[in-house]
Amino acid sequence: MAKSNSWISHIETFVDISSSLSQQTASRDAISVLLKSDLLTIEVLVKELGLYLTTTDYIIRGRGILLLAELLTCLAAKPLDSITVHSLVAFFTEKLADWQALHGTLIGCLTLLRRKSNVGMVTGSDAKSLADSYLQNIQVQPLGKQDRLLCFEIFECLLNHYPDVAAKLGDDLIYGICEAIDGEKDPECLMLTFHIVADLVELFPDPFGALAGFAEDLFDVLGRYFPLHFTHPNDDFVVKRDDLSRALMLAFASTPLFEPFVIPLLLDKLSSSLPLAKVDSLKYLSHCSVKYGPDLMAKHAKAIWSSLKDAICHSPQESILSRVSESPDDVGFLDDEIAKEALLCMQKFLLLEDGLFLSLILEDEDIELMLRSATSVIKYNDIPVENRKKLYALGCILSASAKVSISCCNKMFQHFFPRLMDILRLPKNCSTHACISDNIFSTFQQLNFGALYLCIELLVACRVLALSSENLPSASISVDETWCALLQQIFIPLTEVFHFILINSTSQDVCDADIYCGVKGLQILATYPRCFLPISESTFENILTIFVSILTAGRGETLLWTLSLKALMEIGAFIEKFHDSEKTSSYLTIVVEKVVSFICVDYSTMSLPQQLEAISGIGTTGPKFMLQATKGLEAAISANFTEASVKGNLKSVKKLVPLLQCFSNKVLPWFDKNGGFEDVALRFSVSIWDQIECNYTFNIGDQGKELLDRMMETVKLAVAGCSENNQGLILEKAYHVLSNTSFLLKESMPSSVAMKIEDSQLTQSLNPLSCRDEWVVSLFASVIIALRPRTPFQNARVILKLFISIFHKGHLPVAHALGSVINKLPLSRNIIDVSSACTLEEAMDIVSKMILCGSTPLRKSNVDNGNESPNRTLMVSDDDLVEPNAIVGLAWIGKGLVMRGNEKVKDIVMVFLRCLTCSKLGNTLLQGSSEQDAYSLVMRSAADAFHVILSDSDVCLNKRFHATLKPLYKQHFFSTMMPILLTSIKECDSPTTRGFLYRAFGNVISNAPLAAVLIFVLLDGLSILSMSVADRDLTYSLLLVLSGMIMDESGREAVTDNARSTINRLIGLISYPHMMLVRETAIQCLVAMTGLPHTRIFPMRTQVLQAISKALDDPKRTVRQEAVSCRQAWASIASK
Amino acid sequence: MVAGLINANPIVYEKKERRGRSVPSTADGDEYSVEPIDQLEVFDHIRDIKDPEHPYSLEELKVVTEDAVEVDDKHSHVRVTFTPTVEHCSMATVIGLCIRVKLLRSLPSRYKVDIIVAPGTHATEAAVNKQLNDKERVAAALENPNLVEMVDQCLAPSYD
Repeated sequence: MAKSNSWISHIETFVDISSSLSQQTASRDAISVLLKSDLLTIEVLVKELGLYLTTTDYIIRGRGILLLAELLTCLAAKPLDSITVHSLVAFFTEKLADWQALHGTLIGCLTLLRRKSNVGMVTGSDAKSLADSYLQNIQVQPLGKQDRLLCFEIFECLLNHYPDVAAKLGDDLIYGICEAIDGEKDPECLMLTFHIVADLVELFPDPFGALAGFAEDLFDVLGRYFPLHFTHPNDDFVVKRDDLSRALMLAFASTPLFEPFVIPLLLDKLSSSLPLAKVDSLKYLSHCSVKYGPDLMAKHAKAIWSSLKDAICHSPQESILSRVSESPDDVGFLDDEIAKEALLCMQKFLLLEDGLFLSLILEDEDIELMLRSATSVIKYNDIPVENRKKLYALGCILSASAKVSISCCNKMFQHFFPRLMDILRLPKNCSTHACISDNIFSTFQQLNFGALYLCIELLVACRVLALSSENLPSASISVDETWCALLQQIFIPLTEVFHFILINSTSQDVCDADIYCGVKGLQILATYPRCFLPISESTFENILTIFVSILTAGRGETLLWTLSLKALMEIGAFIEKFHDSEKTSSYLTIVVEKVVSFICVDYSTMSLPQQLEAISGIGTTGPKFMLQATKGLEAAISANFTEASVKGNLKSVKKLVPLLQCFSNKVLPWFDKNGGFEDVALRFSVSIWDQIECNYTFNIGDQGKELLDRMMETVKLAVAGCSENNQGLILEKAYHVLSNTSFLLKESMPSSVAMKIEDSQLTQSLNPLSCRDEWVVSLFASVIIALRPRTPFQNARVILKLFISIFHKGHLPVAHALGSVINKLPLSRNIIDVSSACTLEEAMDIVSKMILCGSTPLRKSNVDNGNESPNRTLMVSDDDLVEPNAIVGLAWIGKGLVMRGNEKVKDIVMVFLRCLTCSKLGNTLLQGSSEQDAYSLVMRSAADAFHVILSDSDVCLNKRFHATLKPLYKQHFFSTMMPILLTSIKECDSPTTRGFLYRAFGNVISNAPLAAVLIFVLLDGLSILSMSVADRDLTYSLLLVLSGMIMDESGREAVTDNARSTINRLIGLISYPHMMLVRETAIQCLVAMTGLPHTRIFPMRTQVLQAISKALDDPKRTVRQEAVSCRQAWASIASK
Repeated sequence: MVAGLINANPIVYEKKERRGRSVPSTADGDEYSVEPIDQLEVFDHIRDIKDPEHPYSLEELKVVTEDAVEVDDKHSHVRVTFTPTVEHCSMATVIGLCIRVKLLRSLPSRYKVDIIVAPGTHATEAAVNKQLNDKERVAAALENPNLVEMVDQCLAPSYD
């Protein structure tokens, strides 16, 4: 047992209202730990508490009771014996009468009531007496919010955990609850209130029982909250309006006893002008009607229907056009929430009791009127706006009710369809084409838009119904249903009508709305589930042919064209979804082949963008169609490529670009998403290489530049998505073609490809590449760029050497490829099993040997030529030869190295720096102008190399092309480079050189992450500048900038991240001997640093204090004064 | 705690004007010249210490004056003589402790600081002096959290 004096002090602390909240909590927790570990029993505790629980000072008594209650809350999971529980309950029951110290008592009661049976529950009789005392003593309304909340929780707990007790209480409980919840306004309490009502109703289910007498009173209390409306913005409360509204709805619907009060209230609110009230009423109405059941609702049906009708008809409308153009399965077409809810509500009623409600709809005179007014005018454009609205509303009602169930659908069809057919003047019974052809074409002028629109609405609705029933086999629809029979009789003339509209779409009489109807109608008919409407193959094919002929009619991209394509895509998607093999084959032959055929022939009525849109659109509807489309596209590409490359056909060149664009932007991503990418990509890449291989007379010319770029992009994408194996195949193929290129064949009788390449370097360096070579090399580079790191890469050395010799000519893709190779080569040999492969180290050896050492072909060629040409090559300090193109190449290699985090990048950067700072270069700049240009060109490229290294590239070395990325490589490079650059800038005395150094500096800074940059540069600049006396003013200025950053809100983040280095630098500056202002400002900055998060700066505290104590002995008085306050600031962060 | 104040109604004097900031000149010689710690600087450190009993500073109560500070920068020695407001003032040791702590925190560590009660101004002058200049006892006093809290309150910067 714990020593009493150890925990009695805790009690005192808790009861003492002058002690802080945290102290109270701590002392309570301390006691609860003792209780939990059985070092202290409840009995002892209560005895010790004794006086605190009974004293006449109500504040202290309240605290004492609260302590006991909170301790019990802590012990909720600890088993207590029944005697303890009993006496505790008795205590709290008694204390309920003590209104001055109620808070603790309420907590105590709640905690006890909530105890689970396995840890010692309150017995029924105890709960009963507690509830009695509660109902007798507690007045909920006048209490504070927290206490009211507790009161409601006790009610809820009683109802849920002690239903027997609650039931015994009967009227008293119901009355007490009514009284308690009356006039409650706090959302949190209301939430509980609504739950309590729902629970209460559950407890007294008997319709003639205890509750019946109170139903009106109870609803009187509840009904006032409807519709729920927050006068303050929603965010202020834990409970959201929607949740609360739902809870109220559940309470409303909890018992049919509320029905006489709820429905009139809802109908009343439905006619209010507040949109929120309307939406809520409709939601409640749907929910309540389901709960109350059809018998109770029947008497309200008429009133409800008329309210619903008003809500649907008088809501703001969107245009019919947008309605018609929606996809058929899309139920959420209405933006307008009132009408949407009203329709939903109507559907609920129809589901509930279709006979009565449906007859209300069918026999409604308003509906009849609406139908008449909507169909009274023939042309859409002639219908007045008011009637258009009516038409739209009627369409909504018809389709919504037809969607509900099969019987509804039948009745709607029976009632409306024959009439609509009459209006349209279509024969009602006709199943062949023959009997209609005469009268249709004469009636087009009289084709009634309104009837057509309603017709389509009905068709859409029953299609949705049919589809949904297909998903639920239990509710299958037989073909003998009335609507099916009706539809079968009529669909052929309907097809003709829709077709007829589309044929005449160019005529003046046909407006956009008609076109919508026509396309939509045909699309619906074509996508009917086979089992309900056995459309013959010929009709289906007929519809497809109609659409295809619209596509190919060559009228440009009209509304009709776009809609038809969309409809075709819908039909394709439908076929794909329902695996209809016969329809699939007709779709393939009629639509896909037709569209594909257009792209393969030169002449077409469609423009190329249209063709591509059609082919990619139709392809995306299903794998079979996409495969077909892709074959066509590939055939077109290869045909045009042959045409372009062999004959130099400019037209083909121009056509190829959009073709490739379509292939890389639409087709490849689709396969990537839906599978099958590898095959397509592999086939495409191999076929391109095949064509290049067989074609030795390549003459595309300068116009081909764009094509080449596009082709490279496509090849890169295709290769990048392939697996290692397929990449290996493509690479092999490409290498095969490369090794037979003309510039490698020029050499006489070479023994091997490798030898050829080695030898050719000497002669190649100065000759420009032929067109074919250019293509071969560029595409080969593209393949290399897109390789995965683990793809077996053979002949690496040969390729490297070849690339190096080519990029000296300024061939950028090759430079990219080199960078990629260096980035992805394995570090060690054990992964590689091919002898001709090489490791990164070997590759770097080759690179440095060829570029940086004296044995490069460049230098030899210059020597061979006999004339020194400084325009092309330049001597750098220790006899290295570097030219601008080589620098660009080196930069990409450097980028590859930086990204994989390899240290060798330093060697490359050093070359750039030597180019930048070479004194010879700087001096020669003063001489002849041509030489000067050349030198400045080199320096400029060297400076820009830093941009290449640090910036992100789209064409290579990114995630898409599988680059090896080390996290934070930019920061790393930045922090290693910056000191070197800064020193060079500082040491540089020539203004031109300094200019280029700044250029490099700018490139590095602008590409590195900014926050890290600034603070980093500042600190580093300070450390370097503070070393010499001459820069003391600059040091001071930089320090002022730093102090500005520390004070500034946004800069402070960066400083916080670098707190350690910043403080270290400032400490260094405290002893800066050359300027008092620097020392003073540094100390002031240190004071400001104490405003940063203490977790960051606390580790530096000792260090700062030591440094500051030295500053106390500073020669200058001002510094000493600042030091005193700084010391104070840093010393006190420990005590806060 | 003793009920009531020891000196319920002290005389309050005016504050002296502060020394302005010396204008730094640009000459190199000035930059490197040394400003030795002088009487006024030390006085500046202690003049704003608040009296433990009253919301007045030691300067306002004339417990310390500039003349009562002796500084020997070369030998790193400071002697502060303070005058309690009343002879029997039991706060004298606390005031002395405050002065000592403040100087401990503000002066370079090379300094030796002596703090004495002005002769003839306090009933137990010798005892107080002995207590204030005994390193061990000062250190022991600073181990006492209550005393440290009191000292910190006196040393807290005022913003008037």
